[in-house]
Amino acid sequence: MSLFLNEIGNGIFLGAFFGLVALGYSMVYGILRLINFAHGDFYMVAAFVSYTILGAVIVGNSHAQWWTVAWVGLVVMIITGGLAMLANQLIYRPMRRAAILSLMIAAIGLSQVLENGVLVAPQWGATYLVYPVTTPPSGFNLGSNHYTWGQLIIVLISGLLALGVYFLVGRTLLGKAMRAVSEDRIAAVLMGINVDLVIAIVFFIGGALAGAAAVMTGVYYGQINYLMGFTVGLEAFTAAVLGGIGNIGGAVVGGLILGIVQSIGTGIFGAEWAIVVAFGALVLMLWFRPTGLLGERVARRM
Amino acid sequence: MKALELNDVSVFYGAVRGVEGVSLYVDEGEIVALLGANGAGKSTVLKAVSGLIHPRHGTISFFGEPFAKLSAHRRVIGGLVHVPEGRRIFTTLTIGENLELGAYGTQRSRTERAQRLGEVLALFPLLEQHFERLAGTLSGGEQQVLAIARAMMSNPRVLMIDEPSLGLDPQKVDIVYDMLEEVAALGTTVLLVEQNVALALEIASRAYVLQQGSVVLSGRSASLAQDSRLSDAYLGKATHDHG
Repeated sequence: MSLFLNEIGNGIFLGAFFGLVALGYSMVYGILRLINFAHGDFYMVAAFVSYTILGAVIVGNSHAQWWTVAWVGLVVMIITGGLAMLANQLIYRPMRRAAILSLMIAAIGLSQVLENGVLVAPQWGATYLVYPVTTPPSGFNLGSNHYTWGQLIIVLISGLLALGVYFLVGRTLLGKAMRAVSEDRIAAVLMGINVDLVIAIVFFIGGALAGAAAVMTGVYYGQINYLMGFTVGLEAFTAAVLGGIGNIGGAVVGGLILGIVQSIGTGIFGAEWAIVVAFGALVLMLWFRPTGLLGERVARRM
Repeated sequence: MKALELNDVSVFYGAVRGVEGVSLYVDEGEIVALLGANGAGKSTVLKAVSGLIHPRHGTISFFGEPFAKLSAHRRVIGGLVHVPEGRRIFTTLTIGENLELGAYGTQRSRTERAQRLGEVLALFPLLEQHFERLAGTLSGGEQQVLAIARAMMSNPRVLMIDEPSLGLDPQKVDIVYDMLEEVAALGTTVLLVEQNVALALEIASRAYVLQQGSVVLSGRSASLAQDSRLSDAYLGKATHDHG
């Protein structure tokens, strides 16, 4: 039983990452009906950018002070948001009248460009890079499991960011405009809403969340690689679909469920089964409930 | 003062003609009807004015200023609002949220929006009791009322409305038309697109009749109502259209 609880604890931690990346998938899908396959690579680029910035500001102090990580994290969020916005502006926006399949192929293309761009970039490349900052091992025990303060902070930050998005989309005028654009772009224009700007903001927010997730991944796991966005992207996409893609609450719930399922699955079958368990869950969900847990039902559709 | 003026406007969808050589004007404070059978180009004219489509040639001016390159959302901010065919309310949002979005372009501060909301709800008291309901749960007539109220949230100088009577029973049509008259009485200029000729001529001071993309007839409502050419413009079509 306590083993089971431990896996749930690990799963929530893992799910925090999935949820943050899934939010970006889900928001962009909600507003453009586009599955942005490059989203995972925004996360990967963010990890490398933060690696370089942190490497420059922290020399020889692996337990950096938290505020250094915090402000670098914020800067990276803005950079990644900007990258996502730039991708929208240069690639997706000119294609807005094209079939959605064309956009998805463009997204896959962009994903390849980003991965191979990082691969050939000087200082970055193909090897696993050791992240300049790690979290200290001190923490607390819950059941038979030891959790570090870093893990707790990561879960809290993820929760706060997700709540912020939920509030933004649900309560603010901008969020209402996002939902309006999602439902009927023409009607939204006729309200005086600058639809292109709203879409750009959605890309920015999605990118910024991926940026936050990337910095936390680096800090916690301690290493980064140019293919890290591919796996996380697929897992986050799975999380978004599990929760009901296009749905803000669904992305978070889907992330947590996927995290827990994957933890329990790897606890039983072994770590090498992580991906199998994740996609097995996806297949089951698509089989029994194709709209996802919260899809087309309650809560906020973007 | 001419609130709206179209001069020799032509719109094409690819090679297909939408409207050609349309000239018309609406004076400030006036209700003007744009009549014609299905497919005559009425909605195309409204879309060209609101900026959803771009004319191949001709000019459109708004209180004397040419619209030309102004994007659609900026025209709303400038005081022109378009209630499109089929109402297009946001069904997954609440009535309150729909109304709030109506003020998106023009009432930027929260207090301005709240004040405008009070004014609009005074005009449309029906909506107040359903404030938190999803707009998709409203009946057709209520949705039309919401669409007009939402448009009025921006406090427009000109309201363009496309087929407000479509799909409504006669009693609901009366309610909607009373509201349009009330809106006009408060000083909003109205350009009304309608297939139901009798209804439109009742509240409009002047009308234009479109046939196959061109204006074939225009004049004061009273004289048009007795013009046999008006029914000719509809013949063969009007009898098949319900609504």
